[in-house]
Amino acid sequence: MTRFSTTVDGTRYEDEVEPRLLLVHYLRDHLGLTGTPVGCDTGNCGACTVELDGDSVKSCSVLAVQADGGEVTTVQGLATDGEWTALQTAFHEQHALQCGYCTPGMIMAARDLLKENPDPTPEEIRRGLEGNLCRCTGYQNIVRAVLAAAAEERRREAPAPRSADTGRPDTRPAPAPATAGQEART
Amino acid sequence: MIPAAFDYVRPDTIDEAVRTLHDGGEDAKVLAGGQSLIPILRLRLAFPELLVDLGRIPELRGVREDPATGSLVIGAMTTHHDVIHDPLVRRHAGLLAAATETVADPAVRHRGTLGGSLSHADPAGDLPAVLLALDGEMVAAGPRGRRTVPAREFFVDYLRTALADDEVLVEIRVPRADGWGFHYEKFSRVAQGWAIVGVAALVRRVDGRIAEARIGLTNMGSTPLRARTTEAALAGAEAVPAAVASAADAAAEGTRPATDLSATPEYRAHLARVLTRRAVLAAAGTE
Repeated sequence: MTRFSTTVDGTRYEDEVEPRLLLVHYLRDHLGLTGTPVGCDTGNCGACTVELDGDSVKSCSVLAVQADGGEVTTVQGLATDGEWTALQTAFHEQHALQCGYCTPGMIMAARDLLKENPDPTPEEIRRGLEGNLCRCTGYQNIVRAVLAAAAEERRREAPAPRSADTGRPDTRPAPAPATAGQEART
Repeated sequence: MIPAAFDYVRPDTIDEAVRTLHDGGEDAKVLAGGQSLIPILRLRLAFPELLVDLGRIPELRGVREDPATGSLVIGAMTTHHDVIHDPLVRRHAGLLAAATETVADPAVRHRGTLGGSLSHADPAGDLPAVLLALDGEMVAAGPRGRRTVPAREFFVDYLRTALADDEVLVEIRVPRADGWGFHYEKFSRVAQGWAIVGVAALVRRVDGRIAEARIGLTNMGSTPLRARTTEAALAGAEAVPAAVASAADAAAEGTRPATDLSATPEYRAHLARVLTRRAVLAAAGTE
């Protein structure tokens, strides 16, 4: 057994685990954070993607003890006071899921992509999500959701334009991007 | 699946890592980024009793220039992501950055390391052929000190390198390829798939001619290989499609590609010729 400590979604844990324990199993079985699913169990599908020390990683290909002293964010740590992030909202609004199994990994990978590239093209989104497999939506709405979230995040970052008649910040949702989603859904 | 049980140590220094490996004998194994090793452990294709995690040895990370030779010195534990974004690598060894961008996917590239990928020596891995084309060198640390192994001697066989059980790959040295055109052409069936065949090309052009070309082949044998006949045919050739295609026809000479679920040896030889033509044309800027 190996002692280690790690911070997950803002809470610090000290634990003693077998070195062979995978990070995804630590999250699910020890901490009860079942929002991160085990998908393929081979490192291919990306369903188990979480953030470790600022970078997206596949938690089935990391040992729990490798997160010693580190900071882990799972999909369950994204919302603040129950309020979804722009990405979570966009996945919901753009119907970017059917069964939802890939969704936590898709959102964590898309989050990583938007950190490096806040204004990606549909092609760049597809490349950025290369390591995440979805077997039902055909990716079309996922790309659309990431575009919508990127637009929304850029809108929030920009100085809020004031509405002429009320003087209050404009809080209308960003318009859905016209570049994606025109193709047939599969 | 769940890996078989093992002990785990995380040394702070290279010396400590070497000592631990030496004491552990053949049952000890180095854990670098873990993006090949952990899946292998999970599939129970390997049963090391001790993993020596190099993840917290600061001197194994980062890229610097050797003031004496001007070569790039890349720490073995530098992640693929950091290699891709490193300004020195991009400026002086663009082929390495370009090929690393084709490795797996962003999450894997955050963990996977250059040294781990080279030490694993998978014939389908992209970076061994790149280091071969760049005439790189590997620096290994062992109980008897350090030694430097040229890339052409480093890859010994399928998943086997010149590293002894108690040696750690600490640095990769890459001569600057300033002024060389480059391209990595990879063929795989699906996104994030392994290369069925890959071709790493470096081309030095003088006026309208190819003065020199270096070509590394991925997955055309149990180790990465150089396409020497094609390189010789390209030296002095005109940088035009017909001359490049004619030289590329020899790209599979001397190779021994394997049969697997993806391809027959004949198909791999065909791919080697086609991808070499494409890679050289792109590297020569005459696409």
